[in-house]
Amino acid sequence: MNIKEKFVDFFKAHFKKAPKHKRVDIESEYVLETKELGITFGGLKAAQDVNLKIKKNEIYGLIGPNGAGKTTVFNLLTGVYQPTTGAFYLNGKDLTGLRQDKINQMGFARTFQNIRLFNNMTVVRNVMVGLSNQPEYKCSLFESIFRLPRHFKTEKAMRKRAKELLDIFGLLDERNNLACNLPYGKQRKLEIARALATNPKLLLLDEPAAGMNPNETEDLVNTIKYIRDNFDMTILLIEHDMKFVSGLCDRITVLNFGTVLTEGKTKEALNNPEVIKAYIGG
Amino acid sequence: MEFLEKLILGISDGGIYAMIALGYTMVYGIAKMLNFAHGDVIMVGGYSILIFFNTTGLGFAYEATGIRGTIFASLIALVVSVIVCTLLGIVIEKLAYKPLRGSSPLAVLITAIGVSMLLQSIAQLYRKGSNAVPIYQFKPTGIFDITMATVFTLGMSIVVMFSLTMFVKRSKTGRAMIAVSEDKGAAQLMGINVNNIIMITFAIGSALAALAGFCSLATGSSFVQPGYGSMPGIKAFTAAVIGGIGSIPGAMLGGILLGIIENLCMLNDTLANYKDAIEFSILIIVLLIKPAGLLGKKRREKV
Amino acid sequence: MMKKVLSTFKSIKWKHYSVYLIIAVAVAILGYLSLSLDGKASRAFDTYRSLLGDMSIWIILAVSLSLVVGFLGELSLGHAGFMSVGAYLGAVITNVLIANLKIENTFVIIVVSVFVGGVSAAACGFIVGLPALRLKGDYLAIVTLAFGEIVRVIFKNANPNIFGGAGGLQLKNYFTIDRKYFFIIGFLFVILTIAVIQNTIRSKHGRAITAIRDNEIAAKATGINVTKYKLMGFVISAAFAGIAGVLMTLKDGTVLYSKFDYNYSIEILVIVVLGGMGINGSVIAAVFISLLNWKLTDMNGSLSDYKNLIYALILILLIIYRNAPALKGFREKYNFRTLWAMVFKPKHNPAKDKGDAVRWDVVPTKIEMNEVLSTDVVIDSTGDNSADIGERGGNK
Repeated sequence: MNIKEKFVDFFKAHFKKAPKHKRVDIESEYVLETKELGITFGGLKAAQDVNLKIKKNEIYGLIGPNGAGKTTVFNLLTGVYQPTTGAFYLNGKDLTGLRQDKINQMGFARTFQNIRLFNNMTVVRNVMVGLSNQPEYKCSLFESIFRLPRHFKTEKAMRKRAKELLDIFGLLDERNNLACNLPYGKQRKLEIARALATNPKLLLLDEPAAGMNPNETEDLVNTIKYIRDNFDMTILLIEHDMKFVSGLCDRITVLNFGTVLTEGKTKEALNNPEVIKAYIGG
Repeated sequence: MEFLEKLILGISDGGIYAMIALGYTMVYGIAKMLNFAHGDVIMVGGYSILIFFNTTGLGFAYEATGIRGTIFASLIALVVSVIVCTLLGIVIEKLAYKPLRGSSPLAVLITAIGVSMLLQSIAQLYRKGSNAVPIYQFKPTGIFDITMATVFTLGMSIVVMFSLTMFVKRSKTGRAMIAVSEDKGAAQLMGINVNNIIMITFAIGSALAALAGFCSLATGSSFVQPGYGSMPGIKAFTAAVIGGIGSIPGAMLGGILLGIIENLCMLNDTLANYKDAIEFSILIIVLLIKPAGLLGKKRREKV
Repeated sequence: MMKKVLSTFKSIKWKHYSVYLIIAVAVAILGYLSLSLDGKASRAFDTYRSLLGDMSIWIILAVSLSLVVGFLGELSLGHAGFMSVGAYLGAVITNVLIANLKIENTFVIIVVSVFVGGVSAAACGFIVGLPALRLKGDYLAIVTLAFGEIVRVIFKNANPNIFGGAGGLQLKNYFTIDRKYFFIIGFLFVILTIAVIQNTIRSKHGRAITAIRDNEIAAKATGINVTKYKLMGFVISAAFAGIAGVLMTLKDGTVLYSKFDYNYSIEILVIVVLGGMGINGSVIAAVFISLLNWKLTDMNGSLSDYKNLIYALILILLIIYRNAPALKGFREKYNFRTLWAMVFKPKHNPAKDKGDAVRWDVVPTKIEMNEVLSTDVVIDSTGDNSADIGERGGNK
């Protein structure tokens, strides 16, 4: 190999990006539709041919044993990773390859497996950060610096809306505490409230019941149902707690080793022998 | 021909940078801090050579002792400065950095800046302005414009790099260093005395700085002043980052690369004026292409 | 009508404006003194004039850097670089005004040169901010340091007819602003700086910036355009550094590239860190440090040699005292707050007591800042308008 080729290889390795996905919108009756979504890390196929179809107002579960690629799918859907194959659509609109914040603005909001709050901000301000991209709270930097009337108006409106959201989750009394000082269960709720503040069409919850006691879990089930009914929301969630899943989800998809094992109505899918095998092993 | 000369000078200068950069990179890898006072350790090394010559009167004994005696005196001075710097490194670590272990990196960084100012101001108090160090200017070799000092520096840096690599790879302490740099807590659970390892790292880094100070006094201008170590320090830090901070081969590569570039810039007058800017631009370009440096490991944040 | 005015008047959070008020009153008094004194008294006052002038520049630099270090959470070691860009380009435009356009009106010169210096420094901030999108922590710090050094080398070697070359750049006709009222102008810009940065922080844009500092991944997932806000932080901060540079040029009448080395950037950083990385803290620390500098330089005879020594020792001991984990118990027992409480014995109010929640000691940066030196900030936990980021109070 001559020097020129080496240089070309070097630049290819460092500058050339994967061929860009060309976004094409499709006709779809589903809120979320993915088509052969997949990603490889080096040689590892972390997710492969994931096809999800989620209807409006559905609570959809994504389950599977540890390392099955559930969080990877979430990361693909929210733009943390760029898929190597496939595409995903929100109401038929192709969102593949967009930046994370763009995807959020288009209508996906998520929570994290290990809670990620803005720890050094108060609870109410955490929610207000989520609100700041809504068109009704538009206010330019110029207006803020010179304290024009619109600044005060939007600040007031944002605070009001944030308080409403906090009220729903029972966090109104804690609104002036720092987020890091909240107990665990309330931190989870705050994260959901912040996600809802971005006014999403699809809410992605990554193990919302992890680390909760049965009472808190039940409370969470009610909250999620409340969100679906009152916010007209579609919800996709990852969970390990089977009781939680079977009590809440309308349909589920079971992942194993990055591929879809089975999908369908919760009860039927959970009783599928292959799923049991994947969980128990053998 | 001039090109070849500059190349050799560049490798020798690069060796000096690499020796300093090794100190930065080892301390960063193991104590996870930017030791801003590292450049000033070089300056202290220079001053200790100066004080050694002044107190013993060996520096100007050329007539009395001849060339062998003078070289011998210089080498004793080298040993003295290495010892002084090693002790200084340990003292700085114990007094300034150890109390802050476990607190925020920014606090440690500011303390390091404070230590750097402290060392400089002490040197200022000792003797203001620049002082000629009567270090023996080794004779030209007759090839190009290159002195024996350059050859000495080349040899020294090769020996240092080789033995350091061997030390880290083969010795028990060296492997303990690697363990501490990977995970301090786990290393502690495996029975490694983390405090000792960090102390040894500072000692080695400071000793290397003293060596580098001696070499740069012998090859370059033999004047020390309180700010003597700042610029080589920053350049070496740049070299360490170019190579990938935390990586020992990276520091060597970065140092030599920087030395060569710096000397090749001397071939052209305009470039020579802008050589510092060119070096720092290379740093920025390298970081933009490879955000963790040439040989650094990229860490992916888990979501 | 009267009632409405009164209620508006009452609803203003006067606490927010206390910094401006204190500065304005102090400067009004000192300015009156400076302009009214004459003869011997005026000469005696001269040393205070230069102190105040320096102080105003330090405050602008510290407050502008606190936006990047404290609120955006990125470590910048190139603040002097932005300052030098402002200083040089401000000087160049001043020279153009004086020599080519024959304008020597001080007001016009200040407005034009500050505008040009600020905008050019802001442009540099934009350029430096771009790598900031890829790099973090120490790596970004070294890039900003490299930027400062590059700028210095460029100004040293650039066309000597315009930039003065190695000897520095002298303003035409030896133009300077009279020391008698330079510091008044300086403090006007201090107020402007604090106002702009404070208002930015206390808006939704500022919240986005702090959100990025607290958790970048979550900020992205919450729809915040990280690129935009990081650049915003860098640009605003750089612009005010540039303005400080212009003021310095107009004060001294010359610019010298060698002044803006990395030690200068570090001095600014030290001020910001000592001040606890908030805005009020930076102001206080800048005042304190410039007083200390002035006092130590002013000491007669051999003592002035010890200036840097004392400065360094104070710095090291202060940082160790504020941060050492071993001294935590001691600190909690004998800190400013408890001493204050011992002296003044405030009435215990259980409604205001919410355990740990009311303390605000932690301002992190990307380099895993865990504990910081913030001094004076308590969250108002009773009212609705609580503190957001290292400051008292919020918006109304």
